[in-house]
Amino acid sequence: MKFLSLTARRARDLRAGILPTCFWLAALGAGAALADGIPQPGQIGLQEAVTPIAEEMHFFHNWVLLPIIIGISVFVLGLLAYVIVRFNERANPTPSRTTHNSTLEVIWTVVPVMILVVIAIPSFRLLTHQVVMPQADVTVKVTAKQWYWTYNYPADQGGGFEFDSYMVPEDSLKPGDIRLLSVDNEAVVPVGKVVRIQVTAADVIHSFTVPAFGIRIDAIPGRLNETWFKAEREGIYYGQCSKLCGQDHAYMPIAVRVVSEENYATWLAEAAKKFASSGAAPVNLAANASQDLERR
Amino acid sequence: MATTTAEHHEEHGHPTGWRRYLFSTNHKDIGTLYIVFALIAGLVGTIMSVFMRMELQEPGIQVFNHLAQIIDGVSPEVAVLAAKNLYNVFITAHGLIMIFFMVMPALIGGFGNWFVPIMIGAPDMAFPRMNNISFWLLPAAFTLAVISLFVEGAPGLKGFGGGWVLYPPYSSNTGSPGPAMDFLILAIHLAGASSILGAINFITTIFNMRAPGMTLHKMPLFVWSILVTAFLLVLTLPVLAGAITMLLTDRNFGTTFFDPSGGGDPLLFQHLFWFFGHPEVYILILPAFGIISQIVSTFSHKPVFGYLGMAYAMVAIGIVGLVVWAHHMYTVGMSLDTQRYFVFATMVIAVPTGVKIFSWIATMWGGSITFRAPMVWATGFIFVFTVGGVTGVVLANAGIDRALHETYYVVAHFHYVLSIGAVFAIFAGFYYWYPKMTGYLYSEPLAKAQFWMTFIGVNLTFFPQHFLGLAGMPRRYIDYPDAFAQWNRISSFGAYISALGIVLFFYVIYDGFAKKRLAGNNPWGPGATTLEWTLSSPPPFHQFETLPRIKDVEH
Repeated sequence: MKFLSLTARRARDLRAGILPTCFWLAALGAGAALADGIPQPGQIGLQEAVTPIAEEMHFFHNWVLLPIIIGISVFVLGLLAYVIVRFNERANPTPSRTTHNSTLEVIWTVVPVMILVVIAIPSFRLLTHQVVMPQADVTVKVTAKQWYWTYNYPADQGGGFEFDSYMVPEDSLKPGDIRLLSVDNEAVVPVGKVVRIQVTAADVIHSFTVPAFGIRIDAIPGRLNETWFKAEREGIYYGQCSKLCGQDHAYMPIAVRVVSEENYATWLAEAAKKFASSGAAPVNLAANASQDLERR
Repeated sequence: MATTTAEHHEEHGHPTGWRRYLFSTNHKDIGTLYIVFALIAGLVGTIMSVFMRMELQEPGIQVFNHLAQIIDGVSPEVAVLAAKNLYNVFITAHGLIMIFFMVMPALIGGFGNWFVPIMIGAPDMAFPRMNNISFWLLPAAFTLAVISLFVEGAPGLKGFGGGWVLYPPYSSNTGSPGPAMDFLILAIHLAGASSILGAINFITTIFNMRAPGMTLHKMPLFVWSILVTAFLLVLTLPVLAGAITMLLTDRNFGTTFFDPSGGGDPLLFQHLFWFFGHPEVYILILPAFGIISQIVSTFSHKPVFGYLGMAYAMVAIGIVGLVVWAHHMYTVGMSLDTQRYFVFATMVIAVPTGVKIFSWIATMWGGSITFRAPMVWATGFIFVFTVGGVTGVVLANAGIDRALHETYYVVAHFHYVLSIGAVFAIFAGFYYWYPKMTGYLYSEPLAKAQFWMTFIGVNLTFFPQHFLGLAGMPRRYIDYPDAFAQWNRISSFGAYISALGIVLFFYVIYDGFAKKRLAGNNPWGPGATTLEWTLSSPPPFHQFETLPRIKDVEH
């Protein structure tokens, strides 16, 4: 795991030289200091990774899958180009009658199998790392609703409050806010800690996604899904609801602010006071079945 | 004696005018009806997609608010709210129309009806009257789907906007209490019944009505492709019918199959839907494989390379395609082992698909290729299908699908294989058989011009969507963060070019009928070896009154 993430990071550094994505990241680096987890104009690759899982995903995509699929596409394109030039009716007036070549047929069955094995090994390793959850330091429960998110910080971890997180509407954007991504109340988590996200929905299916963390988990009424991340850098990371949930599907972004452990403790104490008056109910999983048609 | 013969003959004299089509039991007339229906539905679906690309050309909402005032008749104050819903209704309708009312009727109902009986040397389909109802259920289904656009779905809003996957609870009373969803369920029921009847007809015809000497292993690959497709339809459509019936009773009769508060499970619907939904994509692409095989062989002047491998690759794709459905559900919270299995099974499909790609190229290899329009389309198909195929291998991996699921990467992937792949095959087949079906030649330069417009247009539309997906742009969004603007603009311009290509396509059809250049029995020369080229163009109303005998052909 440790070795893998190291390899992934080295790979990412290497990539910096060749992919224009990073040009954009560099160009916009200064302005985006507080908001790392956003797409950049003209971006052609994955959003920058801030968790070991996301880095492993980057390595798998950029250094295993991408070269293979580009190689195969170029190979087929090359064959087609050769055939078009060499075997058109002017270049080759008399067609051959060859319809079999057992060696060739075995090769084009076996070679793809071997390529798939090469893909499968890192793929299954990544999958296992994603799904097998380490011991969590912090748990946050997220309830998706049409069309906002409710974050619940459990009492046994210094929380005991919950708050709603709405998108900042276009006419209330302040300087520095990002249209369609900034929210009124961000979720706040400590840096370098394993954060367990438990996700459910109160009405229809939504999906909790933060590309920079490499996480995506559906919020389904009547179910409690979970995933995890360990953010390695402070900043604000954005995602957007990823299951069609009605007319405001595009208007319920996710924003997670990663802060230092001290700042997290401070925020937790302030938030406990600030949101205590909101009359939030304690964590109650049973209340999240679909008959709970809570609307704004 | 003479009198009886005359009467007998009169009975078989075919009706004319509207009776000829409404009451038709003739496979070629019904095939024509299917193709005309697909052209009309395809036009509707294309217009919808152009509106969507116009909306996405720039960030913000600037097209659908006007459209909502026209279509839904809302006042300007609530136009933006109606626009957000109307966009979702459009993506839903675009998907359902293109799948159920364009690609399937064109490839299976249209070309299948026209050429399966002829290619196996049969006078008609096994059940001609059932063939008639198979077709006429489709306009009824289409009408119900169109009505659904204009009645209430989500509270206070018109039409159902939950995507073609119809996931509850958004499609149940929780999200869409209005009748729009009920109309849509009934529309899909009718379209499904139509397809099941058609599939039964094809299986029976292919198994029982082959001419003497036409063994299964001598059948043209297009017939093989329709056979495998028909089996997939018969095996999977009843599962969809069951799922949407349960949804219908959830909505109207108080059952709770998909409602957790009554012991149901929203994920049950997803499993049932994708048990149909994934084979459905092979239903769309297998007939395309068949058409491409015929065309590549004809214009390379060579028999298909590795015929048996090609036929059984399709059978393998069909069988494995039935057991990979949950790769559409990697993010729903499935266990590690479940995800591992579906990753493995999905990657297996790449092998027979690779066999097909390489066999097409091997068929061209050593050939003497005439690049007439159908062959140009077929060559284009092989390339774009490869591009769509390799991104499919990427998405098969649950680990990376976590980043790409529900993003534009998926939109790019399935449009490369379906919007570009299957549609390229439809155009290829249309130009290939246009002289046979109408008796006239199309204009070669115009058909090629349409190819290049479409090829450039669709690649410009869908290639940048890979970038958008990697950068994290979710699909089914009417508005997006400003960072995504550049690639969206390029994508929209590509869509306009392809749309102009469609306009040109209709002109090519008109031009063919207007100029009346006679095609003759076989405009393609000695490479065209299947039975349809032995008949006149267009073929007689009833062909093969004396069954042809099939001699040994080399494979």
